[in-house]
Amino acid sequence: MSKSLTYGLLLSILMVIAPHADHLPPWVSGLCAGLLLWRTWLTYTGKPLPKRWLLMLITVAGTAGIVLTFHTLFGREAGVTLLMMLAALKLMELRDTRDAMVLVYLACFIIITNFFYSQSIPTALYLLATMMVIVTTWIHLQAPGIALKPRARIAATLLLQALPLTLILFILFPRVQGPLWGLPQDAYASTGLDDHMSPGSLSRLSLSEAVAFRVSFNGQPPRPDQMYWRGPVLWQFDGRTWSPGRSPFPVAPKFTGLGQPVDYVVTLEPHNKHWLFALDVPDKLSIPSTLTDDFQLLSKAPVNARLRYAARSYLVYHANLQESPRQLERALQLPPGQIDPRARQLAAEWRADSKDDAAIVNTALRYFSQHGFVYTLEAPPLGVNSIDDFLFTTKQGFCEHYASAFVFLMRAANIPARVVTGYLGGEYNDVGNYYIVRQSDAHAWAEVWLAGQGWVRVDPTGAIAPDRVERGLSAALSDKAALPFMERNPPQWLRDLRFNLDAIANQWNQWVLGYDTERQFAFLTRLGMESITWQKMALNMSAGIGLVIALFALYMLRHLYTRRPGKVQAAWLKLCRKLAKSGLPRAAHEGALDYAARVAAARPELARAILDLAARYSALRYGAADDGYARRDFLQRAAAFKI
Amino acid sequence: MLNALPQKFRTWLFRPKVEHGAIMLTQRRIFIIPTRQGFILVFVLVLMLLGDINYNLSLGYVLTFLLTMMAVMSMLHAFRNLAHLEIRAGRAEPVFCGEAAQFMLHFNNPGKLPRYQLCLVQAGDSFWKNTHTPLQFDAPARLDSEVAFPLRATRRGWLQPGRLILYSEFPLGLFYCWSYLHFDTRCLVYPKPLGDAALPAGSSPDGTGKRNAAGDEDFSGLRKYTAGDALPRIDWKAYARERGLQVKQFSTPLGEELWLDHADAPDRNIEEKLARMTRWVLDAEAQGLRYGLRLPNGELQSNNGIAHRDQCLRRIALFNLGGEIP
Repeated sequence: MSKSLTYGLLLSILMVIAPHADHLPPWVSGLCAGLLLWRTWLTYTGKPLPKRWLLMLITVAGTAGIVLTFHTLFGREAGVTLLMMLAALKLMELRDTRDAMVLVYLACFIIITNFFYSQSIPTALYLLATMMVIVTTWIHLQAPGIALKPRARIAATLLLQALPLTLILFILFPRVQGPLWGLPQDAYASTGLDDHMSPGSLSRLSLSEAVAFRVSFNGQPPRPDQMYWRGPVLWQFDGRTWSPGRSPFPVAPKFTGLGQPVDYVVTLEPHNKHWLFALDVPDKLSIPSTLTDDFQLLSKAPVNARLRYAARSYLVYHANLQESPRQLERALQLPPGQIDPRARQLAAEWRADSKDDAAIVNTALRYFSQHGFVYTLEAPPLGVNSIDDFLFTTKQGFCEHYASAFVFLMRAANIPARVVTGYLGGEYNDVGNYYIVRQSDAHAWAEVWLAGQGWVRVDPTGAIAPDRVERGLSAALSDKAALPFMERNPPQWLRDLRFNLDAIANQWNQWVLGYDTERQFAFLTRLGMESITWQKMALNMSAGIGLVIALFALYMLRHLYTRRPGKVQAAWLKLCRKLAKSGLPRAAHEGALDYAARVAAARPELARAILDLAARYSALRYGAADDGYARRDFLQRAAAFKI
Repeated sequence: MLNALPQKFRTWLFRPKVEHGAIMLTQRRIFIIPTRQGFILVFVLVLMLLGDINYNLSLGYVLTFLLTMMAVMSMLHAFRNLAHLEIRAGRAEPVFCGEAAQFMLHFNNPGKLPRYQLCLVQAGDSFWKNTHTPLQFDAPARLDSEVAFPLRATRRGWLQPGRLILYSEFPLGLFYCWSYLHFDTRCLVYPKPLGDAALPAGSSPDGTGKRNAAGDEDFSGLRKYTAGDALPRIDWKAYARERGLQVKQFSTPLGEELWLDHADAPDRNIEEKLARMTRWVLDAEAQGLRYGLRLPNGELQSNNGIAHRDQCLRRIALFNLGGEIP
């Protein structure tokens, strides 16, 4: 195996492993890098490959390490890690072409695993670059004699020719709605809301720039401070963490929408959980889903692929005016024991001073706005009595602190209340005319149940930092240092650039990554295909591919089939026929010069002319340059040749 | 797979035809099937597709389709790599038994596309198992490449290469693209000369003029070594002085005639006799003698010179093999 081939294989493996570097366990990244370096050094110095027992030892130790790290060998993370380690190890025992072929296939396979983590446009471009390196190496493997440049040219030709065919296959290949078998729990990487909320959980999420979903409105979009995207509803409080609890007897939710409904389309990024996001409260949804009795939208399966749905919501509504006593009881639950005594006492005072529930709600909001509370991402840690500590000592917190404390106070004052998490607002992208809702827009607010009004949304954050509700996170925070760069106030051109890129990414997501059975049918219908069946698609696909391949074949083989013997050759053959008639046929194996020599010997009177013609002929036919003058000259002389 | 096809169909499809002149590899002559490597790729692709469907990986689909289509296109490239090559069979110089005959083949590539990784091998009995080692070469663009296909000569007489397979797995090794070449070319194989054998004590047909064997002691000079010269006559001292292989020549007075008669060979076996006679012819020529050849089926008048030597060797090589007597 030649050095340059080994370098090619090393580069291929490096290119497929590199994107994984940041999510592999550090020791595996280190091991792979070490193996690659070692192999490079061995190739460079021409030293022999390590002994088999040593490789076996590394393999066993590495596998054991993976089992220890992941507690399994299966599942996505462990599987991918194992695959990558094996590829690096295979490089160490590269002995013949078969080993190299295994490595090439392995490299192609590893590329796919990278798509678990990213399928963005840069990833797609990187895929092409990687394929170019792999195919160039592949050709090198088959034809060791070809120099790098022609090899790369053949690889590029193959890739470029395959691209239009790939497009046809991509559009027409019948899509099967996965999954075919049970997915391991960790099948998809995701960031997003959790169904638990404790101090700090949302402020951590706010640091993420990742897109949660994108929304385009049909018609007038609502005001940003009305865009409460409802997510998990939390009932159960243990003194520190809020969790959903369990609804004992779920009943169908009831609500009446008031005012104009809002229509919009959401493209939700996969987050591996069941819930779907919609403005409260959703009336209609284009995909199968359930609306729970606390108005959470849940999909049937975890959202592990980008999901697109149209929805209609009422922003003004009466929800569950007749709430069941059991639910109201749940909404009054407080942690057992006497933790947070001062908050309970404060609530009791409010209850005593106020004439109705609505007055207490207002008192609480006023309390937040008048007692020097600060809205910050970096809240100080809280002790066992977390609500008391927050309300009376630190007075600094993020939305989860305020929502949590508010609901606690309401419950202590005997008003049914619950925490709602989700997203608030969104960034308008005027390039693509849609809103981007990021993880940094994650928010928590409260809902209280008031007799005659049902569940009413109250956002205590709005009392402390009205800017958060109206203008977004960066407007509300005084210390912006902790925010991601783009959430501070970047220059206009950077914003524009970002919007343009996001608009492209959005199209990419919708059309390339989100190309599923439904999209495929919609697209093919738009192309004019009627009553689509998979047989029809397969037929069209084969026809399209056959046609394109036929066009390529015509182009590639055109030289072969349109080529007639050139004028030069025709003149020479005519001359040979003349000589054959006079009894001197050219033997099949005889070259022009040999033949001329024989003729010259047999017919000395023709010697000069035939030797001259043969020399000119072979110069024209097999020589490098073919200038018009020499050609014409030969043709004239050949025509003038007489026996 | 191909072995399972009815023999009759195969015979028709790959009808062996002996050709003379030039063969143009047209599409009727080129066959193509996937290799083992190709089938393994199909397996890998199916695995990848299942993964794409299961995990709904759109870019995974793109990669899978890209690889599939590259494999398909590589079939066209494999075909083009062989298509419209023009092949002529050239001369094959006579060799001695046990040596490798070199069949010259001319691969004319008139186009501007270089042909890579062409392999030439003798057709085996089975389609899949070919124990012969292939000869691998490239045919550069716009050139007439001459390729010497070696074939070990194991018997005296005419050696025919039979059916050759020209194949290539270029560019990705996924398809085996091949064509059969069956030229009417042949190579003359002389018997392997006996290691060392003294020339017969000369006798002329009329029984007079006994030739003195000591005559070859008249050293007359050196000439370059040619295949078949007797080892004891090589000037090893000259060789040690790095002047190349030289053969000592001994002269015999002109007019003396030597008859190389099969009856003078002491061997019982005819093949051994022929081997000895081969040695005689070579030695006699090397010594510049005039010699004649006498075989049971005829004789050649005494003469000398390379042409005469070759004619004698040819008679010996073809002795009793049937067919034409040259």
